[in-house]
Amino acid sequence: MNIEGVDVDTSKRQFLTTAMTVVGAVGAGYLAVPFLAQMQPSTKALAAGAPTEVDISKMETGQLLRVEWRGKPAWLLNRTPEALETLDTLEDKLSDPMSNESIQPEYCKNRYRSIKPELFVTIGLCTHLGCSPTFRPEIAPSDLGSDWKGGFFCPCHGSWFDLAGRVYRGVPAPTNLDIPPHRYITETFIIIGEDDAEEGAQA
Amino acid sequence: MKSKHLADCGNWILKRFPLAKLWNEHMAHYYAPKNFNFWYFFGSLALLVLVNQIITGILLTMNYKPDAKLAFDSVEYIMRDVNWGWLIRYMHSTGASAFFIVIYLHMFRGIIYGSFKQPRELIWIFGMLIFLCLMAEAFMGYLLPWGQMSFWGAQVIISLFSAIPIVGDELALWIRGDYVISDATLNRFFAFHVIAIPLILIMLVFLHLVALHEVGSNNPDGIEIKESKDPFGVPVDGIPFHPYYTVKDIVGVGVFLFFFSIVIFYMPEMGGYFLEHDNFIPADPLATPEHIAPLWYFTPFYAILRAIPDKFAGVIGMGGAIFVLFLLPWLDRGPVKSIRYRGGIYKKALLLFVISFFALGYLGTQPATPTATIFARIFTVIYFGFFLLMPVYTRWEKTKRVPARVTHQPTLEERIQDLKRLFDEVTVKKPVKTAEGKLVLKRKPDPDGLKKAGIRIVKKLKDSLD
Amino acid sequence: MRKLITILLMLPFVVMAAGGEYKLDEAEIDLTDSLSLQRGAKNYVNYCLGCHSAKHIRYIRMAYDFGIEEEQVLEEIAPEGASIYDTMHSAMNGHDAERWFGIEPPDLSLIARSRGADWLYTYLRSFYIDKTKTLGVNNAILKDVGMPNPLWQLQGLQQAVYRNISGKEQLTKLRLIESGELAPKEFDRFVNDLVNFLVYVGEPHQLERKRIGKYVLFYLLLFTVVAYLLKKEYWKDIHKKESTWGNLR
Repeated sequence: MNIEGVDVDTSKRQFLTTAMTVVGAVGAGYLAVPFLAQMQPSTKALAAGAPTEVDISKMETGQLLRVEWRGKPAWLLNRTPEALETLDTLEDKLSDPMSNESIQPEYCKNRYRSIKPELFVTIGLCTHLGCSPTFRPEIAPSDLGSDWKGGFFCPCHGSWFDLAGRVYRGVPAPTNLDIPPHRYITETFIIIGEDDAEEGAQA
Repeated sequence: MKSKHLADCGNWILKRFPLAKLWNEHMAHYYAPKNFNFWYFFGSLALLVLVNQIITGILLTMNYKPDAKLAFDSVEYIMRDVNWGWLIRYMHSTGASAFFIVIYLHMFRGIIYGSFKQPRELIWIFGMLIFLCLMAEAFMGYLLPWGQMSFWGAQVIISLFSAIPIVGDELALWIRGDYVISDATLNRFFAFHVIAIPLILIMLVFLHLVALHEVGSNNPDGIEIKESKDPFGVPVDGIPFHPYYTVKDIVGVGVFLFFFSIVIFYMPEMGGYFLEHDNFIPADPLATPEHIAPLWYFTPFYAILRAIPDKFAGVIGMGGAIFVLFLLPWLDRGPVKSIRYRGGIYKKALLLFVISFFALGYLGTQPATPTATIFARIFTVIYFGFFLLMPVYTRWEKTKRVPARVTHQPTLEERIQDLKRLFDEVTVKKPVKTAEGKLVLKRKPDPDGLKKAGIRIVKKLKDSLD
Repeated sequence: MRKLITILLMLPFVVMAAGGEYKLDEAEIDLTDSLSLQRGAKNYVNYCLGCHSAKHIRYIRMAYDFGIEEEQVLEEIAPEGASIYDTMHSAMNGHDAERWFGIEPPDLSLIARSRGADWLYTYLRSFYIDKTKTLGVNNAILKDVGMPNPLWQLQGLQQAVYRNISGKEQLTKLRLIESGELAPKEFDRFVNDLVNFLVYVGEPHQLERKRIGKYVLFYLLLFTVVAYLLKKEYWKDIHKKESTWGNLR
């Protein structure tokens, strides 16, 4: 190439330009890491995400206990025997009765979605757009109609869940309510956010 | 096929937005003098630091809390709990000092090569306004960590306003929004620091550049390159800014970032000059630190303030030290721009000015003892003398002939060769016995060579002052 | 003119001439010494945390930086009942403290950054008996300190030695008059561990910072070299042009 009477080694120039671009891009890439990572949860947020211990010794049958775990509502529900019986009859109305598409620990992938049948632990946030559903244990209330067998009703967009957090067919929510990892420390103490599997992995 | 769509897309934009025109006018066909030297890096570096401050600043606001109860802890929260928060904070705090280093060097460049002189007065005025904004920005930003120095520094500076007769006390109260520096002050300083002043700053930078590109850049010879053009209307001593100065500035950026990173990673406090020790103690309105000094970039002006034994006059002196810089284009009556063709008086005056600026900067960091105050007064007189006597000494001094075209100066490679030769001159190879008993040639300083080279350098220095 | 320049050169010495205080001893700071940091942390919890919190450091961060298990931190360092995510909170109530000492004991997270390691090292070893004080002690480098000597059982008791320097009584030295549980050398090491820990707490990421710094500087060196080669290549145009002009003129 010839620029204004000067011979130019284009290939060398091209090579150096490419090299500079690559070096610059790599640097910019590395610089972007801290800039983006600083928006990740901080150590303080992680500290708030520490496991939560819950005393369940004073829970009555049919009672719902709301606790906070990682800033989210975690629910503990002591289900009545009648409620458990109802759960058996609902399967044809549910979109994922066996929880194949939903998020839960392996030990909760059963009909009652819990370790012990009566005690149900879940995250109280609708899987549609994250509202917190209301607890409606009564059967066939006037506003929800005769099909309502007791469960969780999301007021934002009208999703129905049964008392095992399983979603009904034909409502906006795609999957069952999420279940956090949890385990029994003693008969009356539950820890949410930690389970045996994790313990095993840490040891 | 795909590339055709891309080209269509590009054309669609180009028809509606003068991208190519802008690029050509300000980069590819903006002709800058070909003889820019070291001093010409600092303009683009200032821009780089500005971008750094804006980006890291935005990231810091995501976690900082402008609340007197929370501010100090939120800074430590950024330093410890936020991912990479320490890096972002150090980039911002070091960036503040780097900004002033770069800007002071940039201004000094303007002074030695007469870049403020006709027809570039307006560029200088915009630049000075940027400097003023920058000082306000730095001052308000320094309150935000809410440490002892933040608090008491702001207390002292805002009290300066109360020196103004009649309205002073009311004005200081209005600025603080309280009877002391308080939560209200912190909150409004946050608003100014984060959005109000940066907006003005960016606007002024834009105006600074528009004005520069209208008249064209000055150069170390202080010659208007537009006065000698080739048949195509291109200045013969001009070269397209892109690619020649873009690639050159990238080198400057690399070197700058190298030193910048040394500070960030190895000495973020810079011995208490970039982050003061007392500022690691939370603000306490009941206890003043033993020794209050502003950050280093304000100390020359702070020293002038303290040197004058009257509150109001001191404030006027400090303000005047900055204001007098605005007048520089009209104080300087010299017929030539560049220091290369100025007479000896100007050079010596400038040398004294530089010494007094550094000395005032140093004195501003030290306690005001009686001896220190006397020295500060002497240097204050020199500082103002440089500017206020300028109309006299620049008009009468004998200047050298200015060439019609820019001159050739030794390149970096040639200078390195010179250094090598100098090294050869001052050292001598001598055989030395090593521990194993071998004879090895080793370089030793040569007294004769040293003496000769020393005399030559001193002579050269002396000549350069005439 | 010449005189003026001489004065200018002399200036720093004139201003610096003031001073002449109690000399600071040098602390040996080594943040890579995990064992020293662990001892320091333990000492801090045992002797300082009663009054002084260090609310900006979390136990989990120590586990990570010292390279030890979280359980070990909880068992050996943290006070009983602390969670690994907790910061170093003091059990003392600020109001009580203010009643007892006249001032709320400051948080020590950043004390090493405001005071410096050598100052802390000297300060903690420079308490001496002063019967005129309510607390019965005074300190050689922080006069009329409002803090009792927390380490006196370890160090023993010291007495001030004064000497007359140019007509003024000046504290020049401290003498051990009653030995403590630790020998002087051991005590110095004890305090050094503590100060080492405080320096760490002042900026827990400082080792990481220096480690990353090496890579950054190496990268920037590479960046500059490539940029310089690129610049040189492009500027050949200008230099060649210049030499042809030179011939023309």
